Amino acid sequence: MASAPSSAPGTRRRMPTAIKILVAGGFGAGKTTLVGTVSETKPLRTEEVLTDRGIGVDHLDGVEAKRTTTVAMDFGRITFGDEFVLYLFGTPGQERFWFMWDEVALGALGAVVLADTRRLADCFPAIDYFERRGTPFIVAVNCFEGAQRYDVHDVRQALQIPGEIPVVLCDARSKESSKEVLITLVQHAMRQRAAR
Amino acid sequence: MSYPPQEPDQERWTDDGAGPLVRPYVMTGGRLQPVRGNFDLITLVEATGPVPAHVIGLGPEHLSILRLTQTMMSVAELTAHLDLPSGTVRVLLGDLLDKGHVTVQEPTPEIDMQDLRMYQAVIDGLRAL
Repeated sequence: MASAPSSAPGTRRRMPTAIKILVAGGFGAGKTTLVGTVSETKPLRTEEVLTDRGIGVDHLDGVEAKRTTTVAMDFGRITFGDEFVLYLFGTPGQERFWFMWDEVALGALGAVVLADTRRLADCFPAIDYFERRGTPFIVAVNCFEGAQRYDVHDVRQALQIPGEIPVVLCDARSKESSKEVLITLVQHAMRQRAAR
Repeated sequence: MSYPPQEPDQERWTDDGAGPLVRPYVMTGGRLQPVRGNFDLITLVEATGPVPAHVIGLGPEHLSILRLTQTMMSVAELTAHLDLPSGTVRVLLGDLLDKGHVTVQEPTPEIDMQDLRMYQAVIDGLRAL
């Protein structure tokens, strides 16, 4: 079981509290860009080697051999003094990796679903997942250069996002814009937790 | 009996494409679960002391972890720096925790995230970036 927050014996100071926020969305929606824009270091990559447990989409009939797949997640860190450290995980968007999300989503403060207006439907699985799991989330529409500016109301309607969930426009390459996205998420998560 | 003539120097069985020379499960002695600890990706780990010169029962990967955790680091960062799957790193960390070489701090359980002060601290911290 989880060991209690261990203040190390003797000389060592107490460690900060680690918090995680997920950045989800379809392939190429700008997850790693957003993580990199606000993180204090270049995004790092962690890889999970998975056996074929739960991977059914590309199932080939009659092939019984175990296969392994590697799923990569880019992540970054922001340290707030010596009390809190925030980790941002860009999570793989493919539906077939949902079982892996359960582990990552456990204990997450909340999630940003990055929407790419050229492929709006790509973020449906993420929205559906967080709704079912009860993880606080917001939708951020990444406005690429040259991408058509969408009206947030249109996006909200197209994705059928309830009114209490924020839908915002952003530019994942801009630090200010990405900061605003995260602040909007944390404010939303705070309201949601307080209401429970 | 002779093998097909091949230049031994060009006979490269190991390269990046072939994957790591030592498979991750070998490093863990075939174990899939850590002997101790949970190790979320954001569990913070710190070595309890300097890297020992040689300790019976610790492999080179254990020592790499102790070197990296001389300053506090998350499990996710460890897996990235070691270039190993997190499952492997968890098993190795379990050994180190069991032997008292590292101290860990598990993240706040979801159920305890009612602490509104934490949310406010994150908002203020983000604004100050």
